Amino acid sequence: MTTLILKRLGLGLFTLWLVSVLVFAGTEILPGDVAGAILGQNATPESLAALRTQLGLDEPALMRYLGWLGGITHGDLGQSLANHRPVAELLWPRFWNTMALAAYAGVIAIPLAVSLGILAAARRGRFFDRFANIAALALVSLPEYFLGLLLILGLSVRTGWLPSLADTYEGMGLVDWFRATTLPMLVLVMVTMAQILRMTRTTVLGVMDQPYIETAFLKGLRNGRVVLRHATPNAAAPIVNVVSFNIAYLITGVVLVEAVFNYNGLGRFMVDAVSKRDLPMVQGAAIVFGAAYVLLNMIADIAAIALNPRLRHPRAKGA
Amino acid sequence: MMNLHSMTAISRRGVLAGGAALGLLGLSGRPLRAEATPTKGGVLKLGIGGGSTTDDFDIRKLTDWVPVNQAYMVMNGLVEIDADNTAQPELFESWEAAEGAVEWTFKVRQGITFHNGKTLTADDILYSLNLHRGDSGSAARSVAAAIKELVKLDETTVKITLESGNADLPYVLSDYHFLVVPEGFDDWMNPIGTGPFKLERMEPGVRARFTRNESYWKPGCANVDAVEVIVINDIAARTNALMSGQVHAINSVDFKTVDLLGRNPNIEIVKSAGGQHFTFLMDCTQAPFTDTNIRLAIKHAVDREQLLTTALRGYGQLGNDHPIPKTDRFFNAELPQRAYDPEKAKFYLKQAGLDSLSITLSASDAAFAGAVDAAAIFRTAAAGAGIDVTLKREPADGYWNDVWMKAPFCMSYWGGRPTADQMLTIAYESSSAQNDTHWKNARFDSLLKEARALLDEEKRREIYWELQQIIHDDGGAMIPMFGDYLDAVSKKVKGVTPHPMFNLMGARMAEKVWLDA
Repeated sequence: MTTLILKRLGLGLFTLWLVSVLVFAGTEILPGDVAGAILGQNATPESLAALRTQLGLDEPALMRYLGWLGGITHGDLGQSLANHRPVAELLWPRFWNTMALAAYAGVIAIPLAVSLGILAAARRGRFFDRFANIAALALVSLPEYFLGLLLILGLSVRTGWLPSLADTYEGMGLVDWFRATTLPMLVLVMVTMAQILRMTRTTVLGVMDQPYIETAFLKGLRNGRVVLRHATPNAAAPIVNVVSFNIAYLITGVVLVEAVFNYNGLGRFMVDAVSKRDLPMVQGAAIVFGAAYVLLNMIADIAAIALNPRLRHPRAKGA
Repeated sequence: MMNLHSMTAISRRGVLAGGAALGLLGLSGRPLRAEATPTKGGVLKLGIGGGSTTDDFDIRKLTDWVPVNQAYMVMNGLVEIDADNTAQPELFESWEAAEGAVEWTFKVRQGITFHNGKTLTADDILYSLNLHRGDSGSAARSVAAAIKELVKLDETTVKITLESGNADLPYVLSDYHFLVVPEGFDDWMNPIGTGPFKLERMEPGVRARFTRNESYWKPGCANVDAVEVIVINDIAARTNALMSGQVHAINSVDFKTVDLLGRNPNIEIVKSAGGQHFTFLMDCTQAPFTDTNIRLAIKHAVDREQLLTTALRGYGQLGNDHPIPKTDRFFNAELPQRAYDPEKAKFYLKQAGLDSLSITLSASDAAFAGAVDAAAIFRTAAAGAGIDVTLKREPADGYWNDVWMKAPFCMSYWGGRPTADQMLTIAYESSSAQNDTHWKNARFDSLLKEARALLDEEKRREIYWELQQIIHDDGGAMIPMFGDYLDAVSKKVKGVTPHPMFNLMGARMAEKVWLDA
């Protein structure tokens, strides 16, 4: 099992390196550059050339990539091209904001979705099961920004119950913080719940069709006990997988939600940086997103290995 | 020597407000509509689009709306453009020009202190202006390049010698980069100025809070206790924040949704007519636009009324194929408005020896919001005049590098300039790097230069009228419309006026308004 996990870690590092290559190449092929974005309509060939030299944009791409990669390996994400402040100093506070919102949503969405999924499995084919399925599908079919706007209209503009801006700042009270971030949290809960709920239901039901569950029923156990004690633990691996996949989504996929609610997380940071063509900032944000995604998927895989006896003892597979 | 400032101000005011206005000379920032006297107190919350994580208060790099508005809270300019588009004294208290408008002397306002207690002197102004001169990387470098020599005559007098005469120098000095900081100052994250508010804290690209400068010098200004700026770049989020009462005012309202917002009884739409205009650029050095007849055919093949009502929902003015807005004192009011006339367009095509014409128009919403729609509307109207327009949608990214000034026929815009001379110089003078139609007209160039140095208003007016006529008849830009600047403001905010320069009262809303108690 240790070798398996080590292999998975190596693969994770390799993926991260690939991400760095893709991020760098991707930002290279964006049309226009920071010099053009800074100068806009004031761009004349001379002023563009002068600014490019000043910003070091005329060095070969490979040299700039190696310099950047070297920096990342010891935590230096470079300097913003627009105001020469370190990217890391600007980026980490925004990253923790995104993490805080993701945690708020995750803490509510995951237990809720898993328990509703188990409940739906226990009530297979009955009203609750159908209702939960239809509601989950409906919510996951709506784009986040649309859901966000609907909630703002209903809970903020029309009624004034909650603020439409997720306006948070350092030193604000905890109650204010929860109030400000409740609307974006609700949207994130709605879009992540569906997948976890359906996956939980399906895996639990898959286990329920196994012969040993039939045995449990034949022993005279009640439905609820069979689902909770016998089926669910054996369905854990795929559920953990889909949960960590959704946590990764919460962290990396919140760009739209942050824009709709004007939440100052890493997503909005990245949108700002892209529109200003501030490439070190874009690259920094992209690599942090990439690392979070790779890391969470790696944790999911390792957890799946640890929870699955067949993966723990791969040679016993054929037996 | 004569006092140019008093002269122009009196003649303008004479028209607008009668002799009683004389008493207001030197008192800038008075509200346009007489409302109750300002009351002190409250926290003004502004939701502004156009900010980023890298914003600071470096006066050389003010490029977007959040930093510009914030800079005006902390600092003062040298000259202020008021709501009537007239130059008013700010830290320069008065000015005089010698004949020829090359040599100028400015008096520095007395008794002004910076937030750190230092008294304002001519040295601070010299230092602040010099930040933009030479190889400074300032966005106002090209404007400051007109200054040949900048010297202090005594503690309260500054002398500016220009490269060549410019009667509009006070207007030129109203540029929002020409703000004043103490001599030697360079800590752009912790700004010190003479402005109405002091920075309390800022999280760049997110929010900032300012508190009142209790000893602010402008009467009737700095009324609110504090100002909170929340950066909201997304237009929908900005609109929602105003509707749900989280902010008092927002800038750059979308033309498409402004009518919906205006129906809210608690919200007022502030529309400011100004110099912002939208252009269809014909490159006069590329076929077929080398022929004036073709350019005139295009100018007659557009339905301006329809463009204005559809693309801008009526929030603008008709354009007459020259860039001077109605709000400018040199606007040519006698030039007949060009209308949609397919027959005339066909006539000009014939003059060019053609029965029909096929052209490609490059369009992107990078030019202005709604540019692609506007191009499609033009296409339909042009078809009626025998002109077949192929639309080429360009990516918004890199539009200014790759399409603008390169494609033979493309869409663009210009923000307003404080003076007719600046607008005509930047976009139409042969030698300008941003002459975006590559149009060259020797008579235009020499007249423009002549008018710039004239101190006689009437003679200048005659020349500017002719310059507008020349562009209207010969220029490469088809200019169908001017777009208003749109803000939306809660009715709790008092003292709000339209302003011809920019959104949010020329970026000085925080200084002027007060909150209903």
